[in-house]
Formats: sequence, C-alpha cells, structure tokens
Amino acid sequence: MNRLAIELPGLSLKNPIMPASGCFGFGKEYSQFYDLSELGAIMIKATTKEARFGNPTPRVAETSSGMLNAIGLQNPGLDHVMANELPWLTQFDVPIIANVAGSTLEDYIDVARVISTAENVKALELNISCPNVKDGGIAFGTDPKTARELTARVKEVSEVPVYVKLSPNVTSITEMALAVEEGGADGLTMINTLVGMRLDRKTGNPIIANKTGGLSGPAIKPVAIRMVYEVSQRTALPIIAMGGVQDSYDVVDYLSAGASAVAVGTQNFVDPFACPAIIEDLSKIVKEWELEHILDLKGRSWGKHGKTANHRA
Amino acid sequence: MIQKQDMIIVSHKQIADHIFELTLRGSLTNEMTSPGQFVHVKIMNGSEPLLRRPISICSIDRENEQFTMLYRVSGSGSGTSTLSQLMKGFTVNVLGPLGNGFPVDELEEGQTALLVGGGIGVPPLYELSKRLTSRGVKVIHILGFQEQKVVFYKEEFTALGETYIATVDGSFGTKGFVTDVIDKLDVTIDGYYTCGPAPMLRAVEQKLSGVDGYISMEQRMGCGVGACLACVCHVQGDDTGTAYKKVCSDGPVFKSKVVVV
Ligand SMILES: Cc1cc2nc3c(=O)[nH]c(=O)nc-3n(C[C@H](O)[C@H](O)[C@H](O)COP(=O)(O)O)c2cc1C
Ligand code: FES
Repeated sequence: MNRLAIELPGLSLKNPIMPASGCFGFGKEYSQFYDLSELGAIMIKATTKEARFGNPTPRVAETSSGMLNAIGLQNPGLDHVMANELPWLTQFDVPIIANVAGSTLEDYIDVARVISTAENVKALELNISCPNVKDGGIAFGTDPKTARELTARVKEVSEVPVYVKLSPNVTSITEMALAVEEGGADGLTMINTLVGMRLDRKTGNPIIANKTGGLSGPAIKPVAIRMVYEVSQRTALPIIAMGGVQDSYDVVDYLSAGASAVAVGTQNFVDPFACPAIIEDLSKIVKEWELEHILDLKGRSWGKHGKTANHRA
Repeated sequence: MIQKQDMIIVSHKQIADHIFELTLRGSLTNEMTSPGQFVHVKIMNGSEPLLRRPISICSIDRENEQFTMLYRVSGSGSGTSTLSQLMKGFTVNVLGPLGNGFPVDELEEGQTALLVGGGIGVPPLYELSKRLTSRGVKVIHILGFQEQKVVFYKEEFTALGETYIATVDGSFGTKGFVTDVIDKLDVTIDGYYTCGPAPMLRAVEQKLSGVDGYISMEQRMGCGVGACLACVCHVQGDDTGTAYKKVCSDGPVFKSKVVVV
C-alpha cells in the first residue's frame, strides 16, 4: 500500500503534495528541475476568460519571513490555456486542478464549463479570494451569500468536482466555508494571501505599484493553521491547505490541524526542488513514525472531539 | 543547465561605498555560458531573508571554477547587509546560471562596441568586455555613478579599453550622465550594450537608435525562473497590451527596441 496516496473528490493523489496556484505557472519552468509526475497534483495559474496582463511592476516585495505579491491574475486566457498549456501537461501522469478566476458570475461559469472538459483537469479551484484585482472575485469571497450562489452555479456546469479557495481576509472564514458547502462545493482550499503593504523607508511610498499586495510565506502559517483547525471541525468537506509550507514538518502540522492534502506556494521560489524534497521526507516520516498511512495524522490536534472520514486511498 | 549548489566563499571584500565584491567557487560555474546572466542567491538557510536575491555575474574564471559578483548593500537589516557579513570559507546557496546574457559573436574583429553601464548595472559589462576584447573587438566603456565614493572597477575596465566615468555630482570624471559622454564621442559605433537603471537605458536606447544594441533590464523578482510573473515588461509595438516578456527567463538581456524599458 502506498502510505502517502490519497483519494479526494475527483482526485487520486500519489501523495498529498502539490504546488499552489500562481507559484508554479503552468508547470513548464519547474519541469526542467524534476519530473512533474512525482507530484500529487498541480494547481495551475489562475485562468480567466480573456488574456490579462496584470498589474504594473514592481509586483513583489520581501517582508519578514514572507513576501507580498500583486501579480494581478496575469494569464494568457482560457483559449490559450485549453489549446497549449493543458495539452502540454498531459505528458505527465499528474492530475491538474484548474484555478478559475473572473470578475462576474458569468465569467466564472464560462471558464468553468470549458476548462472542466480538459482530459487532465480533475478538479476546479474557484479563486474567489484574489486580493490583488478590484474585480478579481474577492467580492465573491467576502460575502457568504454570493459565494454560495457562485458555487452552486459553477457546480451546475462543471464536469469535475469543485473546490473553493477561501480568503483569510474575512471576519469569519468558517461562515464562508459553511456557505460554499451549502452551495454544493466538493472541497475547500485555504488560504489565499493576506492583504498587506510595505513602505519605502526613504519616501514612505508603497513599494508595490498596486500599493497593497497579498502576504504569503512562513509569516502566514500560524494564521492558516488556526483557520484550517477551525474550519475542518465545522465542515465535512476535505481541505487542501496552504500557507508558508517549507518542509515536511509543516505538512504534518496542516494534517494534524485537519487538512487532507497540502499545497506549497512561495517555497518553490526559495527552492525549486521543494515539492519533491518534501514528498521524499514525508515517506521517511511515515516509516520512522510507524504510521499505517500519512492521514493517521489527520485531525490529531483536535483533541477528544469528533473524527471525520479519512480520505485515504 | 540551471543548478542549485552550495558554493564556497573564496574572497569577499568591500570595493567602494556600500559595494562588495564576492567570489564563489563550485562546479556550477561550468554552466555559465554568456556574460549578462545572473544567479539567484539564498543568503541564509531558513526564512530570514526568505527570497533569493538576483545578482549579475561580473566575471567568470572557469579554470578555477569560480566566479565573481558585485552587489550593493541596500541598507542595514537588509538581506544584502547580512550577505556582506559572511566571511571566506562560508557557503551560500546559489541557483543559476539564470537568464540569457549578451551575445558576443555579433561583432567582428576590428569593429567597435560601446558598453554603457550605470551604478550596480556596471558589473555584467566586465565579463562582456573581456569576451569582446578577446575576439579583437575594440571596446569603449562609459560608466555612470552617483558620486566618487561609489565608483568601482575603473582600473579593471581601463585595462580592457578606453573608459569614461560620469558622476551625477561631478565629483569624478565628467559631470552629468552617461549620455553627456556619448554626445562628446567622435567614433563610429558598430554595436552597443547597456545595463543600469531604467531612465538611463531609455536615454541610451533613444540616443543610439541608429545602432544595433542590447539592453539588460532590472526588475524585482520572485522565482527567477519564469514561473511567478513578478518581473514582466511590456513589448514595443504591441497593440493588445497583453504581450509581455519575463525579465528573468526571456531576458535579462533583450535586443534594443524589443521591450518597453
Ligand atoms: C506570486 C504569487 C502568485 C499567486 N497567484 C495565485 C493565483 O493566481 N491564484 C490563486 O488562487 N492563488 C494565488 N496565489 C496564492 C497561493 O496559491 C497561496 O494560496 C498563498 O501564496 C499561500 O501559500 P504559500 O505561503 O505557500 O505561498 C499566489 C501567490 C503568490 C506568492
Ligand atoms: S521572477 Fe518569477 S517570472 Fe521572473
């Protein structure tokens, strides 16, 4: 038995590790470092209906144990992704999770309907949490009613299970999770970045051209852990967790808090070999800790409270 | 091929105000092909500072498997100030070589190349100049700095060819900008190469619009390998507004008149 394999709605994962959306492009760049078939899955860059250039530069700034970014959903558009990026990825034995973004309900529906028909797209990730574009779906990600409605409408047209990516920039992320669960979501991915700023010491001006950016990296991990811990105990939906993962012990933390799989974002920039290194270390951990399966760790931080279904292969 | 390697510091010293010269040894050096490529340096293990720093390759010594880079310390508490404290014998983790550098075989023996650098954009021109002169190309260097105390590598460049220095405050060489020196030059230029701050690149591209040239762009980076889209620039003559080039992996060196500087 593969002690790292995991079954989630639409997804048969060799292991619980996947690169997070926006931190891995469409895979080409990182394929020069290792075989992408080693990955549990790949979350591709947000795709919108039309091509987008994104925000002006500078788009990134380093912060203490983290970074700010305001890329602005730059992507080549749905047609190009369908005709080029997704077919290119079929050479690898790895399920693709397509990150879908838009500014209107119709945008999401149009992209979801088409992209969910690609043979290697096994699930959608509705990006209702991008903080870097005014019309980038964050409106859907901060109001429970609209989020529920969007989820339900996308579910109607999607050929594959739908995961919803939650924003931490809300008063109650649990309320958002329950709303999209009601809307028919098959799973949750969390968290997207936290809105932040960095100022130039001399001039006082924001360093990022967009003024604000999304904070990612180790700095946000405590926040994300807390959110996964809370949400996983309130919904039955499986969670793919992300936020500041650098090594296999961070993965253990997320599983302990209640996640079923884990995505790696910013760390790919620090170490392009991060994902395969973490996967290798996880196999060592299951052996050393004599676990029957990696998901034996799932929810162990909850204490005596309930146990949800293990999503094990 | 891009490699990731712990490289050992063989020499590290300050050569001008806030400017450091760092020489590293390791087999990764053998992968470096053209001048103008850069490396992405992880200064310390762990998450502080988190991201790598892109730094241009200044000179390559294949025989000893070592290369040199110059960098500016951007302020106390910055990643580069931490880097500046690392001593000989320590290692730093290097990802590289990254990007596409300056082509050196476009000019023939006896032709004249103009190399124009500004501030911390000067270093990659040094390896370039060595390659060009070894092909018999005549080089003229114009190097611009803020003021005298940040001037570096004047002797090194002078040993390879005619070298003019301009400082903004006039404390060294010509007072003014590199373009003021270009105005006074009375030679036929067969090609130019430039690296430095964007306003300088724009001015040089405009001034030398009749000559073929190569421009090395600078931009804040995330991944350094083309995946995150932090470092994009617009393309000249693109009406759609969605065409772009990535400075890290399509550049940093572009033929003149290709990208919007
Ligand atoms: C440069 C950059 C671009 C990103 N682009 C996207 C995106 O297109 N869609 C999305 O859902 N999340 C995007 N994110 C958020 C990440 O997928 C992830 O949720 C977040 O960075 C937290 O994980 P980390 O700390 O491991 O990076 C982006 C993050 C970064 C740093
Ligand atoms: S720095 Fe990531 S694409 Fe250039």
